[in-house]
Amino acid sequence: MSKYYLNYLDELESEAIFVLREVWAQFENPVILFSGGKDSILVTHLAKKAFYPAKIPFALMHVDTGHNFPETIQFRDNIIKELGVQLIVGSVQESIDEGRVAEEKGKNATRNALQTTTLLDAIEANKIDCAIGGGRRDEEKARAKERFFSHRDDFGQWDPKNQRPELWNIFNGKHFQGEHFRVFPISNWTEMDVWNYIKRENIAIPSLYFAHEREVVRRDGAWIPYSEFLILEDHEEVVTKKIRFRTLGDITITGGDESDADTLEKIAAEVAGMRNTERGNRSDDKRSESAMEDRKRLGYF
Amino acid sequence: MVKLERFFLQFHKKMIDNNQLLRFTTAGSVDDGKSTLIGRLLYDSKSIFEDQLQAITNTSKKKGHDGVDLALFTDGLRDEREQGITIDVAYRYFTTPKRKFIIADTPGHIQYTRNMVTGASTANVAIILIDARHGVIEQTKRHAFIASLLHIPHIIVCINKMDLVDFSEEVYNKIVSEFEEIASKLLVTDIRFIPISALLGDNVVNKSENMSWYQGAPMLHTLETIHIGSDINKVDARFPVQTVLRPQRDGFIDYRGYAGRVASGIFRKGDDVTVLPSGFTSKIKTIDTIDGELDEAIASMSVSITLEDDIDVSRGDMIVRSNNKPETSQDIEVMLCWLNNSPSKPRAKYSIRHTTNEQTAMIKEVIYKYDINTFERLTGDTELKMNDISKVRIRTTKPLMVDSYRENRATGSIILVDDTTNETVAAGMIV
Repeated sequence: MSKYYLNYLDELESEAIFVLREVWAQFENPVILFSGGKDSILVTHLAKKAFYPAKIPFALMHVDTGHNFPETIQFRDNIIKELGVQLIVGSVQESIDEGRVAEEKGKNATRNALQTTTLLDAIEANKIDCAIGGGRRDEEKARAKERFFSHRDDFGQWDPKNQRPELWNIFNGKHFQGEHFRVFPISNWTEMDVWNYIKRENIAIPSLYFAHEREVVRRDGAWIPYSEFLILEDHEEVVTKKIRFRTLGDITITGGDESDADTLEKIAAEVAGMRNTERGNRSDDKRSESAMEDRKRLGYF
Repeated sequence: MVKLERFFLQFHKKMIDNNQLLRFTTAGSVDDGKSTLIGRLLYDSKSIFEDQLQAITNTSKKKGHDGVDLALFTDGLRDEREQGITIDVAYRYFTTPKRKFIIADTPGHIQYTRNMVTGASTANVAIILIDARHGVIEQTKRHAFIASLLHIPHIIVCINKMDLVDFSEEVYNKIVSEFEEIASKLLVTDIRFIPISALLGDNVVNKSENMSWYQGAPMLHTLETIHIGSDINKVDARFPVQTVLRPQRDGFIDYRGYAGRVASGIFRKGDDVTVLPSGFTSKIKTIDTIDGELDEAIASMSVSITLEDDIDVSRGDMIVRSNNKPETSQDIEVMLCWLNNSPSKPRAKYSIRHTTNEQTAMIKEVIYKYDINTFERLTGDTELKMNDISKVRIRTTKPLMVDSYRENRATGSIILVDDTTNETVAAGMIV
């Protein structure tokens, strides 16, 4: 090495590895929240780096809404096999069957909000004291105030006005029985950084992120993928478009973009020229200006 | 189009390989134009997206503002939007072809000193905003004091709202000398002054046409080119151990790697090292990452180090080069900023966290408190209340391996945790 500084991607990588190792050192039973989306895939990749040559010392936890892109589940199962780690699944369907939550009604019904209960139940049932997430501060304004180590009380709730100050790189994960932490190792990454890094490291991601001919329905200004879970209105019709997804969530609410980006290079170029945030097509965030803050307070991802 | 894409990719590749990360902090209240300045930086660097702009445009209309209120963009929590104030530190990101930037946007009022300290703790650069109409005020002194206390390597003083003083060079010069007067009482090494109008964009991204008398660079250019390579200590090699990696699998049965992030300096394969506090010595056998072995590891790299000898090393220990050791001490003097609503309890025990080390500690003595508006030292008052900054003497149960904060941010900083609440109650800089 001839230059004596790190470039910004190395710096972000090193910071995330440091955070993941702190989690391992400070908690008894941490898990990685794994959705099958690029951010959780990235966090898993960084965990691999953090503990090499040992294997990842965390289980992966998937909160399954039951409304999945089939490919996401396949992808998840492959990763579990490759890494040899444990998979914990929290099922929203089970939460519904057990009467813990009630399914939303109407056209825009989603299982998004229901995930919170399933997530908190799974955290409690598995005695998890730290859930590592792929949340980034650039995603949304409530997230911009999030700490790397974010405390949750014994109801799983976030108190944004009473957060622990976080200085230098000293992280305080102390907690009482029943409380837990959410930790966000890629807090300082932007969507662009994530793509540049995925490209640099050649990280495998689901093909849903690449542009492909897909069956979609136009709804609230976004292209929603057609699936068995979608109830069509009379005026709505299923069309075929070349679409890629910028985020992968519940299949019923994740809007895609028309795009020709079918390689990582093209995606990076496209993202660099984007004029809308990646969550702009997520109808869960559009419900109100504080939709994310409200969900986060209750214990959402 | 294809050509453009190729150009972009080439340019892009070079940028990823070479660009550095610069963290800066801004402190200020709503009316001194901080939000407008950040808004302009983000907007002119194309980091505000259309859906975000749409959202704040709608809210601005609802509230009856003329035009778009950029403050709404920087205020993230509902209470902040309702009250029109910044309460907490918010992090913003933007990238130019030269650097990636992280802004720690903090409130400027005295009751949020702790948030300013938090934002300042990781910053390379502090931006201090002065309203050209008002000159240096108490808040300016406070911000300069915090920047100096947290030893932010570079300070950029932006004299804002120049449009409201007819872009007057005289007004600018007067404020510069006022600020230099305060700075002479503080330990600040690199200060630059820029006359700007955040509202009109003068000297923010583009050079002002209204102030031809100003020969310096606009703000963004300054941020892009300021030399930050020397901000990290490159002399004193320090490696706080986070955890021990023992893979117990084929090919690595005897592997014992010490995982951590180089806090400062450089470690090379074959270096003579000492493990503290035990004092055992050895040589570096390998420096490992998943991408292969390295010959050397520089500050802020996360790696795994193996040693030639089988000695006892665990979390909280520090690996250092044998010819350059930190001070090992149970008694430290610290500039302490109290962060918690509950004041300090006399002779109470706290957990002290220093790098990856954790011990029990007691505040033995409050030497003096600072009045952060006048820089006066006050003696006699020994109760530490929220936002108080004081010099204290701390005793720990076991020795810490410390450098002075001025020499080494990473090994010169501590936090105190109250074991009855688990909250982080204080942050300190070792004198």
